[in-house]
Amino acid sequence: MAHDTSFTNQDFKVVGTRVNRPDGVDKVTGRAKYGADLSAPGQLVGLFLRSPHAHARITKIDTSRAEKLSGVKAIITSADLPDLTGGRQIDVLENCMARDRALYDGHAVAAVAAIDQQTAKKALKLIKVSYEILPHVTDVDEAMKTSAPVIKDNIFTSGVDPKPKKPSNVSKVSEFGHGDIEAGFKAADVIIEKSYKTEQTHQGYIEPHACLATVGPDGAGELWVTTQGHYTYRTVCAALLGMDIAKLKVTSSEIGGGFGGKTHVWVEPIALALSRKANRPVKVVMTRDEVFRATGPTCSTSMDIKIGAKKDGTITAASSVLRYQNGAFPATWAMLGAMTSWACYDLKNVHSIGYDVLCNRPKTAAYRAPSAPMAAFGVESTMDLVAAEIGMNPVDFRIKNAAKEGTRASYGPTYGPIGIGPTLEAAKNHPHMRAKLGKNQGRGMACGFWFNFGGQTCTDLNIGSDGTVNLAIGTVDVGGARASMSLIAAEELGIPYEQVKAHVADTSSLGHNDTTEGSRGTFSSGMATIFAARDAIEELRKRAAKMWGIPLEAVEWAEGEARAVGSEHGNLPALSLADIAKRAASTGGPIAGHNEVVADGAGVSFASHICDIEVDPETGGTKVIRYTVIQDAGKAIHPDYVEGQFQGGAAQGIGWALNEEYIYGDDGRLQNSGFLDYRIPVCSDLPFIDTKILEIPNPNHPYGVRGVGETSIVPPLAAIGNALSNAAGVRMDHVPMSPPRILKAIEEANG
Amino acid sequence: MSSVLVDTTVNGDPVQFACPTEEVLMDSLRDRVGLTGVKEGCGTGDCGACSITLDGQLVCSCLVLGIEANGRKIGTVEGMAEGNALHPLQEQFIEHAALQCGICTPGFLVAAKALLDDNASPSEEEIRFALAGNLCRCTGYDKIVRAVQAAAKQMRKKK
Repeated sequence: MAHDTSFTNQDFKVVGTRVNRPDGVDKVTGRAKYGADLSAPGQLVGLFLRSPHAHARITKIDTSRAEKLSGVKAIITSADLPDLTGGRQIDVLENCMARDRALYDGHAVAAVAAIDQQTAKKALKLIKVSYEILPHVTDVDEAMKTSAPVIKDNIFTSGVDPKPKKPSNVSKVSEFGHGDIEAGFKAADVIIEKSYKTEQTHQGYIEPHACLATVGPDGAGELWVTTQGHYTYRTVCAALLGMDIAKLKVTSSEIGGGFGGKTHVWVEPIALALSRKANRPVKVVMTRDEVFRATGPTCSTSMDIKIGAKKDGTITAASSVLRYQNGAFPATWAMLGAMTSWACYDLKNVHSIGYDVLCNRPKTAAYRAPSAPMAAFGVESTMDLVAAEIGMNPVDFRIKNAAKEGTRASYGPTYGPIGIGPTLEAAKNHPHMRAKLGKNQGRGMACGFWFNFGGQTCTDLNIGSDGTVNLAIGTVDVGGARASMSLIAAEELGIPYEQVKAHVADTSSLGHNDTTEGSRGTFSSGMATIFAARDAIEELRKRAAKMWGIPLEAVEWAEGEARAVGSEHGNLPALSLADIAKRAASTGGPIAGHNEVVADGAGVSFASHICDIEVDPETGGTKVIRYTVIQDAGKAIHPDYVEGQFQGGAAQGIGWALNEEYIYGDDGRLQNSGFLDYRIPVCSDLPFIDTKILEIPNPNHPYGVRGVGETSIVPPLAAIGNALSNAAGVRMDHVPMSPPRILKAIEEANG
Repeated sequence: MSSVLVDTTVNGDPVQFACPTEEVLMDSLRDRVGLTGVKEGCGTGDCGACSITLDGQLVCSCLVLGIEANGRKIGTVEGMAEGNALHPLQEQFIEHAALQCGICTPGFLVAAKALLDDNASPSEEEIRFALAGNLCRCTGYDKIVRAVQAAAKQMRKKK
């Protein structure tokens, strides 16, 4: 049954309130079970042997000594895995286990399952791998040169005509835009062109990847795993290992952070393969070193940004050339960067081109609004340079050029109602903008955009005989979804929040749900929950009609109860949800609501951030002293967790801007694969992060929800760069803007 | 592989376990005592997710050998509530939405309790520095600091 997804502007009773989350007690008592917290009788410990080389041919793997070690139950190399050559999943499997070549430092070459940690460690030492070291490249600009070693000889640049004859590290070229760029720049009074670089960062979730895999000789299996998408893990693992999808039950554990990094499989298929070979449960828990070296960080980039404007502040043309380092397997991150780069602005002449480039680094994965923060760093830094050149306030310059309803976006579509203008106006009028600054302090601001996503979603709502409600959702709860979904179910049914208990169902208990990515959880599961509840209300009305012996049309549902309407039946006492549930057995059986939907119409999201920073001119050290996030949520279902998304994304962006980076040596090995040397922000690094939620309803969602998870990481890099420029008089073009880089810039500026 | 019998007190209860000499206390607590509220985030003492108290002293249990716990008192997140009454920190973390994914929460609670046991009225700065050894990637720490402030206030009122 098709449902009307249009925004209805209803008055809310429980949606928008700050209730306590249903998983709170479990999480503060240590009872909540994460990826590494489940054990099974007879379980083995799975460990991986990884390449110490950035690029090497694997000439031989000798596992014979390890196999003989007492307590070793299974060893897997690529020889034990299906040959998927020519298939869609070949890259996924090859990343899980190297075949003839190790493509990056940390690439898995063998895995062992043994009775305990100590035995498994010993076994790894007994495996002898013979490597023939090959030339490597880890820098995106270097990798694009014709002299660079070609990482994959089956990659020919797509998106160019004619199709190249030689393989290349450039896997894809993507172009977007409209208008006449050359004419636009000719019409400009001022043109600023600048190049930027950003280094590679990791999502840095505190919980390493972990799973417990069990596969029996009957081909049936179970996987307990920390993931953002247990259905996707099921589909991919089944395809990689030749299993039947229905015979693999995947349960998502509590997830200790993902931010995009737990959307792909890494060790999980190999854990299943080990279990299948050993016929014992196998638990794999990655070390932090492995997480950094062998799971998917986001891209490092290099880019050229050019903006032309009239003296009155009108942008006449804008162009971006973006080069994104994708790691050792092809991806489309530069394409996304090219799509997002100019999305905040209403531009007549705009062009962006993205080059997706292979390097000898780990396969890259999504990281919160993937690809957008880097492009925004370049664009929003250049916006400030143009504003300064024409002598205009940077906020006013952005307001003048901001996209609005009806604007044709640089990446194609025409916008409906959007929040970039309102977030900018809110920033302009925010007290933060007028607060006094001290010595060596500066203020900056920047904007950000993210598409948001909907996708396949399925939800079940089951009513217990006492009138309490179980809600089964299939999108993983990454930041409070069970609370939000319970609020929505309670709102629709007209019952108290406490009467609903939501949980994340396993893959065998509920239909397919796409991965929780693209800020889709609240948008799409929220939509499915609304319709599942309305489905249940239909059934409740039918049961009430039956109990009363009156026509269905004479029963309405309001405030959590069935009411008989009309002069004929109006005097019947109302039946509560519990009254009806109690009689379910004699009125037609269990009462449930259900909904499957492809949630289209996700609303685009915009944010404006303001940042104050203090710079120590003697050390290049920085301190963020005040930070404000203003973002359009569409509708904040649970404001606490919307604020939490704003604050968390901003903190990640601050870390990216100031400290975090993958540092590779000349040997192509990662030199800082731990939290000591890859420094994410700690509590004493940050101030309170102020938030302002704007609610500009998404017309394509009954409650107006847009999705709020990602946009908050987009503006911080440029907001900090702009603040630094005002604090220290130096324009940083290389992220992270770490103390040595800032000090160097200050020293150069001082001659 | 040789194991040693370790005799400890965990959250007030006598506990014995056999422990390989090279095993860290975090693994002993998780795998032998069954206290999986002790989380592993890094294994190198950088993230604080495995924070426990050892004879009242806040430590990263990944940096302590299991056999070092012999004869000593261990406190973990599982021991913070008294019966079915949550510790004020636990209550305020829920009340202030100070957790999202929750993996760092046990470590933060143990570290914050160590702070408040020592200093009933910490300033914001003291809270931030006391918790600087605990990494959170979800919250930006804002609501965590507010929850600790609220718990401190609640505990002062009780006294």
